[in-house]
Amino acid sequence: MSDLQPAAMVETRGLKVRFEQAGKRIEAVNGVDLSVSRGEALALIGESGSGKSVTLRALMRLHPERSTRIEGQIEIEGRELMAMSRGELSRLRGGEVAMIFQEPLLALDPVYTVGQQIVEGLRRHRGLSRSEARARALEALKSVRIPSPESRLDAYPHEMSGGMRQRAMIALALSCHPKLLLADEPTTALDATVQIQILILLRELRRELGLALIFVTHDIAAAAEVADRVAVMYGGRIVEMAPVRELLRAPRHPYTIALLASRPDGGLAKGKRLETIPGSPPDLAALPPGCAFAPRCRHAMAICSSQLPPSERIDSEHLVACHWAMGRSDADPYTQPRQEERMDR
Amino acid sequence: MPSSSDSRAADPRDLGGPIQPLLKVRGLVKHFSVRGGAGKRRVVRAVDGIDFEVRKGETLGVVGESGCGKSTTARLLMQLIKLDAGELIFDAATVGGQQLPLREFRRQVQMVFQDSYSSLNPRMTIEQSVAFGPRVHGVGRRESMARARSLLDRVGLDPQRFGGRYPHELSGGQRQRVNIARALALEPRLVILDEAVSALDKSVEAQVLNLLDDLKRSMALTYVFISHDLHVVRYVSDRILVMYLGEVIEIGPAEALFERSAHPYTVALLGSMPSLDPDQRTEAPPLVGDPPSPIDPPSGCRFHTRCPYAEPLCAEQKPPFAELDEGHRAACWMVVPGSQHSQAAKAQCVDA
Amino acid sequence: MTTSPVVDPAQVAPLVHRSSGYWRTVGGRLARDRLALVVGLIIVALLAMALFGPWLTPHDPYATSMIRRLRPIGTEGHPLGTDELGRDLLSRLILGARLSLFMGITPVVLAFFIGSALGIVAGYAGGWLNAVIMRTIDVFYAFPSVLLAIAISGALGAGIGNALLSLTLVFIPEVARVAESVTTQVRGRDYIEAARASGASALLIIRTQVFGNVIGPIFVYSTGLISVSMILASGLSFLGLGVRPPEPEWGLMLNTLRTAIYSQPLIAALPGVMIFITSISFNVFADRLRAAMAVRS
Repeated sequence: MSDLQPAAMVETRGLKVRFEQAGKRIEAVNGVDLSVSRGEALALIGESGSGKSVTLRALMRLHPERSTRIEGQIEIEGRELMAMSRGELSRLRGGEVAMIFQEPLLALDPVYTVGQQIVEGLRRHRGLSRSEARARALEALKSVRIPSPESRLDAYPHEMSGGMRQRAMIALALSCHPKLLLADEPTTALDATVQIQILILLRELRRELGLALIFVTHDIAAAAEVADRVAVMYGGRIVEMAPVRELLRAPRHPYTIALLASRPDGGLAKGKRLETIPGSPPDLAALPPGCAFAPRCRHAMAICSSQLPPSERIDSEHLVACHWAMGRSDADPYTQPRQEERMDR
Repeated sequence: MPSSSDSRAADPRDLGGPIQPLLKVRGLVKHFSVRGGAGKRRVVRAVDGIDFEVRKGETLGVVGESGCGKSTTARLLMQLIKLDAGELIFDAATVGGQQLPLREFRRQVQMVFQDSYSSLNPRMTIEQSVAFGPRVHGVGRRESMARARSLLDRVGLDPQRFGGRYPHELSGGQRQRVNIARALALEPRLVILDEAVSALDKSVEAQVLNLLDDLKRSMALTYVFISHDLHVVRYVSDRILVMYLGEVIEIGPAEALFERSAHPYTVALLGSMPSLDPDQRTEAPPLVGDPPSPIDPPSGCRFHTRCPYAEPLCAEQKPPFAELDEGHRAACWMVVPGSQHSQAAKAQCVDA
Repeated sequence: MTTSPVVDPAQVAPLVHRSSGYWRTVGGRLARDRLALVVGLIIVALLAMALFGPWLTPHDPYATSMIRRLRPIGTEGHPLGTDELGRDLLSRLILGARLSLFMGITPVVLAFFIGSALGIVAGYAGGWLNAVIMRTIDVFYAFPSVLLAIAISGALGAGIGNALLSLTLVFIPEVARVAESVTTQVRGRDYIEAARASGASALLIIRTQVFGNVIGPIFVYSTGLISVSMILASGLSFLGLGVRPPEPEWGLMLNTLRTAIYSQPLIAALPGVMIFITSISFNVFADRLRAAMAVRS
């Protein structure tokens, strides 16, 4: 990275995360390269066990150190995360990088009011006086459009409804003005009419505050509402990454294509059968040597199960890791990608 | 097992004839009492007087947000909890009456739950779980096991490979197949699917939806499909019922309900689905705030506190059901012709 | 088949798959747990002492000798010395295992059966039946167990039978409370609802669906109670409410040897050491059993 160019907000290179669990080695993340610039929103989508949440947590070093092995580089604003001391790490967490979760009840402390929790964070990270911090906390609650924020400041988490708690958690995360917000399925547990409110809120906050956002979700539609770019994960790897429009309109990886086709969305006539992906997600304790999706892939070839497809550029912003999408075949494994062959339908 | 091809036409269990609804629900009420803040007992009006019917061979979708009473309704239909008022009429016979004792009714109505893990006994192999129902109803051990194995095969699980496994040895999608097999083991006519695919990954969800479709055809089933996912409900349902705070607010054929939604809540619910088109992102949320609690629900029309068209009338009087077109009804003053609501005249063409 | 089953190529499993049962899995885990093996062996040794005691003793454990009183450890012919009446301590400790373990284990076994039955019924039934059973049990539970055991024993009079009865009464509420809470938990699971939906009676559901899922945790808890029971039984004997002299029982021996605590402290401590080893073994074993049973999926 040259000194003239501003460093990316987050950059990972060859990120691998392994867990030791009951004598088994779980290969949860297997070489993830991603980069998010300031003010950009990236969605990590995938099914359970795809490694999306594990990747997100690694960006804050939230995994228990004893049972986890992290390899590769993680840089936050050009600083190496794995080399940070405990003190630096705790300044980073909640200060420059904040995180919101699926279940706010687990993230908010039940014995303190929402106001107390925000004030506490501000005093620790920003060294504000109690009254300054309280004013900032009120501001934070206003910014997430909580009705009558003054009274909510003194409310306990259990006294709020689900959507309100989610807003309170976002206010808590944003109160120290982080530059990067990590969101782990923040709308999955919410009702439809509340989910859309939170998605729109995240989009607006990002614009207003210039936040970089990494948004983990299993729901492509939720990602489409918020993200600039989407990375599709499978078996602990990014199999496709592209700007959201490009990904939705011209998906290249068979998994992305099938995922989009298996959605029973509006417009699909009743009675028409859904496209399905046979089989079930891979066992992370026994990943195949080649492409993890090969056993379920309709385009799988012999090389797919023996050779791991590298992540390759289709154009400047569209990456895909798939032999088939790059126009390779068993007989001819190293041909250059042929553009016209990409969509056979 | 009924023969697969034309069992619908020649089902010997069909007593009331094809026009007779399979299940009629009349004035169903369930209130729970909970301890309030200061030791006061308060009433949760989980289901508060609902009427609908399930037609033979159809899939009736039930949608609504948390607290709307859809899961309580499922448990009431199964008679897993006692109803406070109302009656269920199954194929012209009153449930729990002389013609149709509860045990017999339960044979004909089965349920698939959301949590595939919690709904299987962890100490039983999956074939034992599937065989349990027939055993209860006096089928011999060998015969029950044979039936269980054939059902596992039917839901796409090789009984040789999977029959002897325990639930934790299966994936979520496979477990949900087992739950479906278990529900079918008593050869029911009505299957209640309570968020049965909601916990599954999208790729697995599609497999299970296709399976449900196959089974419905081959075993002459009728489904009540409960879900919060409107896309899925639209895809599977013939008719859809929308619930809000313990009441039915709109019911109608799936396409009519989606294309010509009449109740403002249905309109908002549909408008809340994230769009898959980044160029047409939802700019403003259709509703603000959370659904109110079913404890002390609002007076009159329960939606008036969040409704953009609410007028004083809505808070005072509960709107009756008005028919829009064939089988499509909504409980909203704007739909009732000649009501005092200012929008009532234009009621027929509320745009989505 | 009428419908084509969806094949599942991702599952590369052997053609015929038979899972080993739950308890076999637990047994396998225990066998690989070194600590569990060690305490398991100690428990087996103690049980062997209890069963074959009379054939293992080097001397007559009842034979007194006024000239050989309170010999120290390592005395010729009496490797663990003699007690205040000159009886061989090693022989008495070996034979003592019989009564001590009997007094420790029997009340727990009885309480395990009665308490489980009460707790499972209360937990599954809920409502007023639960209230009646559990509130009655709470009355007993309100007293500290030592106090309760002494009070009941005292009221019934000294003797082995009464001591066993009092200890059983002490443990029933404890087992029942655990049984009730795990049963209440299991009752909320969807598979119980599914079994009800298939038309099974409450008794059948308890037998086939509830029992197998609650008995494990209750068993573990009860195993842990054995050490408490040992200590309480010894305590009762120490107070003269349990076993009576001259029968060898560790608690009683601890009592009679206390006069020697200044002259031969090591000898006086030996019965205590036995009680300690036994109760810690049962405790550790219960703990390892819990660990072996906990892991799932």
